[in-house]
Amino acid sequence: MTTLTLAKAINEGLRAAMEQDPKVLIMGEDVGKLGGVFRVTDGLQKDFGESRVIDTPLAESGIIGTAIGLALRGYRPVCEIQFDGFVFPAADQIITQLAKMPLRSLGKLRLPVVVRIPCGGGIGAVEHHSESPEAYFTHTAGLRVVACSNPVDAFHMIQQAIRCEDPVVFFEPKRRYWEKADLDRDATPVPFDRGRVVREGRDVTLLAYGPMVKTCLEAAAAAADDGRSVEVVDLRSLSPLDMEAIVRSVRKTGRCVVAHEAPVFSGLGAEIAARTTEACFYHLEAPVLRVGGFSTPYPPSRLEEHYLPDLDRVLDAVDRTFAF
Amino acid sequence: MTFDASQGAEAPPELVQLLTPEGERVEHPHYDIDLTPEEVRDLYRDLVLVRRVDKEAVALQRQGELGIWASLLGQEAAQIGSGRALTDADMAFPTYREHGVAWCRGVDPVNLLGLFRGVNHGGWDPAEHNFHLYTIVIGSQTLHAVGYAMGVQRDGADAATIVYFGDGATSQGDVNEAFIWASVFNAPVVFFCQNNQWAISEPLEKQSRIPLYRRASGFGFPGVRVDGNDVFACLAVTRQALKNAREGQGPTLIEAYTYRMGAHTTSDDPTRYRVASELEAWKLKDPIERVKAYLFRNQLADQDFFDAVDAEAADLGRDVRKRCLEMPDPEPLDMFDHVYVEPHVLVAEERDEYAAYLAGFEGAE
Ligand SMILES: Cc1ncc(C[n+]2csc(CCOP(=O)(O)OP(=O)(O)O)c2C)c(N)n1
Ligand SMILES: [Mg+2]
Repeated sequence: MTTLTLAKAINEGLRAAMEQDPKVLIMGEDVGKLGGVFRVTDGLQKDFGESRVIDTPLAESGIIGTAIGLALRGYRPVCEIQFDGFVFPAADQIITQLAKMPLRSLGKLRLPVVVRIPCGGGIGAVEHHSESPEAYFTHTAGLRVVACSNPVDAFHMIQQAIRCEDPVVFFEPKRRYWEKADLDRDATPVPFDRGRVVREGRDVTLLAYGPMVKTCLEAAAAAADDGRSVEVVDLRSLSPLDMEAIVRSVRKTGRCVVAHEAPVFSGLGAEIAARTTEACFYHLEAPVLRVGGFSTPYPPSRLEEHYLPDLDRVLDAVDRTFAF
Repeated sequence: MTFDASQGAEAPPELVQLLTPEGERVEHPHYDIDLTPEEVRDLYRDLVLVRRVDKEAVALQRQGELGIWASLLGQEAAQIGSGRALTDADMAFPTYREHGVAWCRGVDPVNLLGLFRGVNHGGWDPAEHNFHLYTIVIGSQTLHAVGYAMGVQRDGADAATIVYFGDGATSQGDVNEAFIWASVFNAPVVFFCQNNQWAISEPLEKQSRIPLYRRASGFGFPGVRVDGNDVFACLAVTRQALKNAREGQGPTLIEAYTYRMGAHTTSDDPTRYRVASELEAWKLKDPIERVKAYLFRNQLADQDFFDAVDAEAADLGRDVRKRCLEMPDPEPLDMFDHVYVEPHVLVAEERDEYAAYLAGFEGAE
């Protein structure tokens, strides 16, 4: 058992994957000597060399495009996009090529590429450094999309992502990089495409992923003081969704709130709310509610506490589900 | 030839230089400049003042008053030289580090701080100063500049456009597309690349195997490398390129060969990736010291002048600090403003809902 931060857990997961499979490569801006701006790849170039941990030219389309080529040649590239807001120059390669090439080959080609993206706000950054672009990718068939929320999951999920034969967009909650947990390396991990109940409850289900899981756990603890029993499900896999886990929880509680940092409008919560309503219609005491960012670009950092759904806004949504 | 940034201290022969690091005027076959003593003193003053503003901003960040700051330390001559080459009618497109160019365009330094303090995304009117907003996404602005220049071209206006970007940015697709557009449409644009040898932790050889200015020839327009720590040379070369653009001769790529003396930003720790000796070598090529030496050597300024500039810098630093601390925080509902020009029901609805939500807390605490 070791205690480590989420950033270090991904680092250890990457290291384990690289040790197991010589085809695993790391590529991105500043991932080598610097070890990444968040130090997620710290020490890997020193130990695995410059041909496996590659400081690339400054071009995201180039990073993903060449990762596709390397994958065609049998490698398993793990690409780092430095910040969420900088994935868009690579959007063409991800959406048009990475997501679709395996199908176009009738399954003959496989592209086991991982695209790691530090995501979300709350670190007081300037624009383009705090975004939550997951819905663009869940909207793209051919990509698996996951989000880790804690060090233990992060350690296992990055390795599962690398082993996965499909392209995976891997979201890392940057404001949680420094959160710590105990890791038991030998424990059996949760399957890659499964969600997990992280707190059991009876009265209402909170669905969250990535950085919002912690916020929802705090909200659940606060609600317990008021005598409300809140269940929190960490979705982990955003595409595909673990509808089984969602439906099991919501049928039990009869109420559901989805929380994410991304704008509510056309956000992933819309898909979840629609599916949950379809699957649980007769069990629901109230409509599925969503809480998240607004239909505005991510604001200057002095306003981000207003934009990001916090404990109070999550609890407010919980209250509203009881008002029906 | 592979280009090695660690040999940066050895000036490559093709470098345009008019003022040596020792403050000696030298001739160049293609570029010359004729400056009055007063003009030289003004350039010196600009250099000192922008360095002072930069220093204050770094200090403000250290004290938690700014979220982050991208220092221009070492790049003052590249920015003042090129910035002072612009006419009022010319348009400039900056990255996030062009505080010196902003100064030349008359942007109040305090307005630069808003973005870094997190109170706005850019606190000046681009049209008022002919200085566009800072662009953080690497390379995007090069295309905007070319498009703007194409507009200038269609208007038949007597103006040029200049766009700033870094050595790292030259790898981006957008920048290469901008080169193509500018070339094909003969756009009146000057590409001003500050090669400060580093893109965060990546040295130039991670981006290019040839000197950057030579990229231009493949796209079909001239490229020139200038000593980016020589304010005279930067002024002369940029003036010429802008003039060519205005006269219909199309784009020029200027590579200002310089050095990022500080960290990439205040969040960065350069000791992880570069050696101190490199910094020491570049310190000898300081852009301000050489102008000072030139003024002294030629008795164009006395000690009173230098003291007066220092005093002015100290005042400016204090003033910037004071007004930074006074900068009001935005109001929560401000974030719903300006998302659209036309009325938008969704934004209006969310704004009202959030106002009601906030009102619910009033008197609660
Ligand atoms: C599209 C994009 N990718 C990544 C980044 C993160 N980033 C910010 S500055 C920088 C390095 C830029 O280097 P250079 O172009 O040389 O400019 P300098 O900072 O040295 O002035 C990087 C990678 C970004 N801002 N935009
Ligand atoms: Mg640079």
